[in-house]
Amino acid sequence: MTDAVSFRGVSRHFGSVRAVDAVDFDIRDGEFFAMLGPSGSGKTTCLRLIAGFEQPTAGHIEIYGTRAEGVPPYRRNVNTVFQNYALFPHMNVRENVAFGLRVKGVGKAERTRAAEEALALVELAGYGDRRAGALSGGQRQRVALARALVNKPKVLLLDEPLGALDLKLREQMQEELRRLQRALGLTFVFVTHDQEEALSMADRVAVFADGKMQQVGTPEEIYRRPSSRFVADFVGSSNVVPADFAGAGQPGEWASLRPEDIRLDADGREATVLTRAYHGRVVKLGLDLGGQALTALVAPGDTLPEPGARTRIAWDAAKVHVMGAGA
Amino acid sequence: MTSPAIFAPRSGVLARAADWAIRHPRMFVFLMVLPIVLWLGIVYIGALIALLMQSFFSIDEFSGVVQHEFTLKTYAELLRPSNFAIIARTVAMAAAVTLASAVLAFPMAYFAARYARGKWKALFYIGVMLPLWSSYLVKVYAWKLVLAKEGILTWIFAQLHLSWLLDAVLAIPVVGGNSLSVSYLGTFIVFVYIWLPYMIIPVQAALERVPAPLLEAASDLGATPKQSFRMVLLPLALPGIVAGSIFTFSLTLGDYIIPQIVGSGRLFIGQAVYTQQGTAGNIPLAAAFTVVPIVIMGVYLWGARKMGAFDAL
Repeated sequence: MTDAVSFRGVSRHFGSVRAVDAVDFDIRDGEFFAMLGPSGSGKTTCLRLIAGFEQPTAGHIEIYGTRAEGVPPYRRNVNTVFQNYALFPHMNVRENVAFGLRVKGVGKAERTRAAEEALALVELAGYGDRRAGALSGGQRQRVALARALVNKPKVLLLDEPLGALDLKLREQMQEELRRLQRALGLTFVFVTHDQEEALSMADRVAVFADGKMQQVGTPEEIYRRPSSRFVADFVGSSNVVPADFAGAGQPGEWASLRPEDIRLDADGREATVLTRAYHGRVVKLGLDLGGQALTALVAPGDTLPEPGARTRIAWDAAKVHVMGAGA
Repeated sequence: MTSPAIFAPRSGVLARAADWAIRHPRMFVFLMVLPIVLWLGIVYIGALIALLMQSFFSIDEFSGVVQHEFTLKTYAELLRPSNFAIIARTVAMAAAVTLASAVLAFPMAYFAARYARGKWKALFYIGVMLPLWSSYLVKVYAWKLVLAKEGILTWIFAQLHLSWLLDAVLAIPVVGGNSLSVSYLGTFIVFVYIWLPYMIIPVQAALERVPAPLLEAASDLGATPKQSFRMVLLPLALPGIVAGSIFTFSLTLGDYIIPQIVGSGRLFIGQAVYTQQGTAGNIPLAAAFTVVPIVIMGVYLWGARKMGAFDAL
């Protein structure tokens, strides 16, 4: 099976800024691929390289086995859902959705039918005559999605599409995107800075920082076996500690210990509680264990120690992930 | 010492007036628009109505005295071939000037809106506005010298061994002539030069408001650059082009100096008004001539609105 997208040593430099620097990865056909990273990490530039808005300074990009360098966006069967939707303000919803078919010369009756179908797919049937400006954020999001999907793209690119939505709507759209992706069997490439979103939605996640890809893998691999201090900390925050301190690996190596893997245990090592914050489902404790600061997430209960008190903590050595000396 | 939760009322006339205005926002807005309403409503619109009324009077052909009786005789006179030719000539010139201004202004405005930043943007504004700071008459006379038979343009064409081209252009019937400075083509060039800034600025402002991702979205959805221009950029820039064309069109319709200095000597509407109300003393006919551009602009704006030129506003 040909990969949907492959990057081979791809760089995109803007003057002296290396927005994307010698990046290699493959996106498989039909997968939900998330590109995760802080702002300025190069994830959006990678997306724009796939869309064709940017051209690589070096390296090769293939989309379904065909070289994509030098090919303009309008010659690629790839569509984008933009961060702020970029709906055309002078067209109604139906005209927006039908735009891609109109420029390809599809007849009016056929493109109206296809637009209505795409609107029904995103549960906006009957909204065709409305102005884009008269819709709510969530509805605009769906129109943008329908406008891209109506073209039946080989790859759908989503640039932080849920960033502008409130929490409830966001969770609803996450599920819906997942449902659509499964139903249509399309390759989705999703850019986000929200690690929870990336982990919960994607088949595989690529973590970016400083223009370089740090790690790529399934959400579980990324979370359980982060390859570096950055990934450990960015994806779900972690205690990065010397490996021998955590009771695993060799001296000089570093290890990642997830806060939720630390438990209060009467037989454990003695630590001082520095801070305590109630988060509803969990309580976050800031601890000091022999000079090493640790964060722990524990279940709320009546017997939690107060800040300043001493307590005993423990963790399973199996939960400690050793990252090596260079991490 | 404790500070109060609510401060004591302020003293002083201005301070109290400002506080009053904040408490009465509707009155404040009313007071702000009052002077302009008085000016527009009474001085400007009033004068226009007086003018309109004049056009329904007529002049006694023997005594030359204005007869203050309602008649459409003056408008009938407007449609006489010699007068109608003036109107047709002016409208054709205004349309040509507007079209040329739009075509020339668009790339400049596009560059300024999309690519120019910082210093380049300042340079753009200065470059566009600078000609407006110098006297209109000086510019028109300068153009007369540039376009004259002995002028710099003829010389440049000769130096480039392109005199034949200039001669060929001048040999075109109607628009050509003895030299550029005594031809319609010359009038057209000067009109475009003088009114171009009034087209560039609104088009640039309209293009500035078009978000860049919209063009990326069009391209992403498969639109070629030509399609993006026609289906996204142009419709969104149209309000600016219409705004600019209102300037170039109406200013050309009303101008009476440029065709007098650079041109074939045949009259334009502005010159007709000037001679009718001056030397000829035919105020009703001058008024009727003045009504023509107003009606044309009214029809133009109505048509532009019908075509959806203001939908993107």
